[in-house]
Amino acid sequence: MLIDHPILGPRDAAEFVYKGDAMLIHRPDWQAEDAVAQFTDYGYLRDNPAGLHRELWFHEQGDRSWLVVTRDTTTHEITKVELARDVARAEGRSR
Amino acid sequence: MHYSGFKVIKEALTGHRGWGPAWRDATPKAQYDYVIIGGGGHGLATAYYLAKEFKQARIAVLEKGWIGGGNVGRNTTIIRSNYLLDGNEPFYEFSLKLWEGLEQDLNYNAMVSQRGILNLIHSDAQRDAFIRRGNAMILNGADAELLSTAQIVERYPFLNVNNARFPIKGGLAQHRGGTVRHDAVAWGYARAADRRGVDIIQNCEVTGFRIENGTCKGVETSRGFIGAGKVASCVAGSSSRLMEKAGMRLPIESHVLQAFVSEGLKPLLPGVITFGAGHFYCSQSDKGGLVFGGDLDGYNSYAQRGNLPVVEDVCEGGMAIFPNLGRARLLRMWGGIMDMSMDGSPIIDRTHIDGLYFNGGWCYGGFKATPASGFAYAHLLATDTPHKTATAYRFDRFATGHMIDEKGMGNQPNLH
Ligand SMILES: Cc1cc2nc3c(=O)[nH]c(=O)nc-3n(C[C@H](O)[C@H](O)[C@H](O)COP(=O)(O)OP(=O)(O)OC[C@H]3O[C@@H](n4cnc5c(N)ncnc54)[C@H](O)[C@@H]3O)c2cc1C
Repeated sequence: MLIDHPILGPRDAAEFVYKGDAMLIHRPDWQAEDAVAQFTDYGYLRDNPAGLHRELWFHEQGDRSWLVVTRDTTTHEITKVELARDVARAEGRSR
Repeated sequence: MHYSGFKVIKEALTGHRGWGPAWRDATPKAQYDYVIIGGGGHGLATAYYLAKEFKQARIAVLEKGWIGGGNVGRNTTIIRSNYLLDGNEPFYEFSLKLWEGLEQDLNYNAMVSQRGILNLIHSDAQRDAFIRRGNAMILNGADAELLSTAQIVERYPFLNVNNARFPIKGGLAQHRGGTVRHDAVAWGYARAADRRGVDIIQNCEVTGFRIENGTCKGVETSRGFIGAGKVASCVAGSSSRLMEKAGMRLPIESHVLQAFVSEGLKPLLPGVITFGAGHFYCSQSDKGGLVFGGDLDGYNSYAQRGNLPVVEDVCEGGMAIFPNLGRARLLRMWGGIMDMSMDGSPIIDRTHIDGLYFNGGWCYGGFKATPASGFAYAHLLATDTPHKTATAYRFDRFATGHMIDEKGMGNQPNLH
């Protein structure tokens, strides 16, 4: 697989480390009333879809940036690659 | 029809006209007591033990394709009970004992071959870990023996014991481990279940559940609605896709694992060897092919095929300790979809929906578990209590902090 890095261009997926579902960007609020339940979901439950999946990849053997890759889990085709930082900011994290 | 040596000779002398199909091609009935979803090893074993040990009941196995077309027909056929943790070891040892009596029980030649499995040791720390594991195995009634390098060389003279990075410093052997003919496990259980009246219904995909007031009443399928007293999900790599239809999210990611087989060779490798440090394991099939594999590809996948970097990695691992592998040509390679759980251990449990049960999260190690998984799941379905060897395989262990994490990797499915 080739991952079209937004800054570096197409890179071999073997340079990256896979983390999992991009919902991991949204770490729950530890002070919420139901924080325990939220962290259980966050830590252990996954949608695991067959089809489009937004997922985190870390460019360990490159510029060490985190990417959000949109990939079809039934074909491995990658349709979108974004910097995780941009995604997190757009979704209201790290304000 | 009972299979026997006498029957084989009689058929040989009379032109093989007396063999019938091994199981009926059943059409679905409107209602069953138990509907088991998934005609892999675990689903078929569950149906068999349910019919045999626990209840005279109306039982069906629904399979979306053909039985044995999933992971049970794609794995590298290794059986063993060399686990460390209390939640696991009694279960896998129970499974190994069931394998030992399986062929007589099923009246089917599953080619159970206890040729032994050897985990290689490369460092002092690894030796300490394997001694601890071996002791845990012995405490649970399994067999384990620590071998020296000299003992290993005697049995496997072709291993490269002087690899610069991973010299072989010994190994942990389980002599009762080995291999089983994988397709024959599916066929043997199917035939034995069918003989006890189980309907095996192929080309029947479950597309939804009928849930009324928190109780599951049956399943929608590609062949119409089928009512059921109890519905048992048992679809391995498809677990999340299926349970999503009941509104459940699971502690599971689906990943692809590849396997490889070489051209047929003369007998070379007497047992199973695993080179954990280099991510490679290998056995030789009875046809002569070297059957080997390594790591997951590492990303969520339902594609049943992997990518080339892992092919390279597995072959490099093989060459590092088993250099004469390089002279063999690769015949075939394939992939299967693993239900990788968050702690690397399985789930056999009720769900929050009455009448709906779940079996899954087998990772890359569910083949060896087939008999015990079927037995324990049948026990749960029949009695609503877990089998004594499977009490730890609960859904709520993640919430309560009782993970069964053999490798201590944490909640990262691709590392288990
Ligand atoms: C390459 C590879 C190597 C492996 N090596 C080993 C090994 O050496 N030792 C070991 O112990 N384990 C090994 N495993 C793991 C083992 O094969 C699996 O854990 C085990 O087979 C899973 O249980 P099963 O047999 O019931 O699964 P499967 O055979 O996959 O059965 C599940 C069935 O459910 C059906 N299904 C799915 N969705 C639906 C639906 N909606 N409706 C109806 N039916 C449905 C599927 O078609 C399938 O037939 C390996 C796996 C792979 C892929």
